[in-house]
Amino acid sequence: MNKTYGLLAEFSTHEKLIHAAEEAYAAGFRKMDGYAPFAVEGLAEALGKKNRLPLLVLIGGIIGGTGGYFMEWYANAISYPINIGGRPIHSWPAFIPITFELSVLCAGLTAFFGSLALNGLPRPYHPLFHIPEFDRASQDRFFLCIEANDAKFHPKETRAFLAGLGPLSIKEVPE
Amino acid sequence: MNAPDQSPLTSNFSPSQSPLGYPTNLLAPGQTYETVNATIADVPLKPAPGPWWVGFIIASLLLLMFLVAVTWLFIKGVGIWGVNVPVAWGFAIVNFVWWVGIAHAGTFISAILLLLFQPWRTAINRFTEAMTLFAVCCAGLMPLLHLGRPWVFYWLLPYPDTMRLWPQFRSPLVWDVFAVGTYFTISLLFWYLGLVPDLATVRDRAKKLWQKKLYGFFALGWRNSAAHWQRHQIAYLLLAGLATPLVLSVHSVVSFDFAVAIVPGWHSTIFPPYFVAGAIYSGFAMALNIIIPVRKIYHLEHLITGRYLNNMANIMLVTGMIVAYGYFIEAFMAWYSGDIFEIYMMMNRAFGPYGWVFWLLMLCNVLVPQALWSARIRRNALLLFVVALFINVGMWIERFVIVISSLNRDYSPSTWAMFYPTKWDWMTLFGSVGLFLTLLFLFIKFLPMISISETRELVAEPEKATTP
Repeated sequence: MNKTYGLLAEFSTHEKLIHAAEEAYAAGFRKMDGYAPFAVEGLAEALGKKNRLPLLVLIGGIIGGTGGYFMEWYANAISYPINIGGRPIHSWPAFIPITFELSVLCAGLTAFFGSLALNGLPRPYHPLFHIPEFDRASQDRFFLCIEANDAKFHPKETRAFLAGLGPLSIKEVPE
Repeated sequence: MNAPDQSPLTSNFSPSQSPLGYPTNLLAPGQTYETVNATIADVPLKPAPGPWWVGFIIASLLLLMFLVAVTWLFIKGVGIWGVNVPVAWGFAIVNFVWWVGIAHAGTFISAILLLLFQPWRTAINRFTEAMTLFAVCCAGLMPLLHLGRPWVFYWLLPYPDTMRLWPQFRSPLVWDVFAVGTYFTISLLFWYLGLVPDLATVRDRAKKLWQKKLYGFFALGWRNSAAHWQRHQIAYLLLAGLATPLVLSVHSVVSFDFAVAIVPGWHSTIFPPYFVAGAIYSGFAMALNIIIPVRKIYHLEHLITGRYLNNMANIMLVTGMIVAYGYFIEAFMAWYSGDIFEIYMMMNRAFGPYGWVFWLLMLCNVLVPQALWSARIRRNALLLFVVALFINVGMWIERFVIVISSLNRDYSPSTWAMFYPTKWDWMTLFGSVGLFLTLLFLFIKFLPMISISETRELVAEPEKATTP
């Protein structure tokens, strides 16, 4: 319990949090995160966070669609061909609805499980849960945490830096 | 709460009313983070109010009736229903199309309105997503019950079976399996993804340990991190983008079940758009029928304001007109085709043995909804509830007319026969309503029924909540 996870500053509004995030980023901090009770527009960008999810979802959709079409073609044209009303065995227009549905299904599954995986969830334990006030991050308060493994982190100087941003409180988060 | 109104066009009106006279505020004045949190998140944490118990017990009794009907069906087979040749598709298919249609408003509100940046979806999207999910449960059961041998339903799925057979992918009935299955999965993921941050709020507000543990388990350790929010929002938006074409495709595929067949009254190109419009129509009606009482019982008028009801009524009016156009064009095309079977189908539908059902349909779906032109009715929750009830009944009747009156007299008069529902048919229909309501009551009791995080966003940025 002697090691520190980081310093947690509490703010009253989302505007103050965005401002603090921008200041911290400009001061050279990188290993940090903001915590807010709703998706604050521009906060992740201010913290310099990147997002690869859309590409994964596109890949998921393409795999679902091509895989679905291949399955239908293999099943109805190669593995078990049946002549129905003299229509072509490989009657591609009839394969489109399921191709579409499977593209959507695989893209959707990728979006859901991909976002959880990239977020590292589920994760029942986290050092921040030690701080009782942190319960309000899901209700009405806004937090900025600068993590101790940041190259520029210094227990005293970082605390002084955060104090200059006008927070309601600053807490040390134990590991 | 109101953004300053500089537009000269609207400056003569009070800020809480649009030029057309409907309310513009999404939130009642004076809302803070804490009032929003307390109103919504404390419902799952506190004992249920009396009206909830009354509703839940009635719903559970209906569900019991459903279980009885289904058990007897499994013992005796589909012969206990009124279906026979030529009407081999009876209540099960009517109920299936009805329930899938009801599901669609949820996706429409949560996905399409999200993509269109309509903030008036905020207070109702969670609710209607839950409605979607439960309606799809009811819908998905119906074709399975109608299979005759429901225990081999998995033959519809492509899997490496020992008989070395494959489903026939050229059949719309197999498309249905994929469409409804995908729809259920995507709706579930979309709903749960939106719930995760709210479950974290309930976890953090819970006082009892078991509540903390239960909600904490399903909140997956959500800690409101900005990086997480960013991915969450992107995933939510992408799921909405995927659900939008999906909702249109699902009811189109359902309509293909009919339109691909050569039965007069089914074989029609208007079916996909007309089915989709009807689906959204009935879904909004069901949403209003649920939201209006819940809003009253849980005192949510300051979150689900008159603005929401008004907008939902407007959508019903528009989709109702599309549906009415569909009825008209069906009759017109029957005449214009010059085909004696098509013309006879239309005459039989309106003046045959089921003619009275057709005119009941016109009353419920075309005539009564014209009341929504009146702003006074759109603003009156009770009258709106009654109109929505008519539309719900009307949309069930519509599917009855399409399925039964088309099948009962087809090409060859020697096969003509009437369809009469048995008590088991009715028990399955009303029992499925019980299944739907039971799930819905459990949802209201145990989960935050309005998106708390999105409502907090409206509190933080009030200008979003007052768009005209």
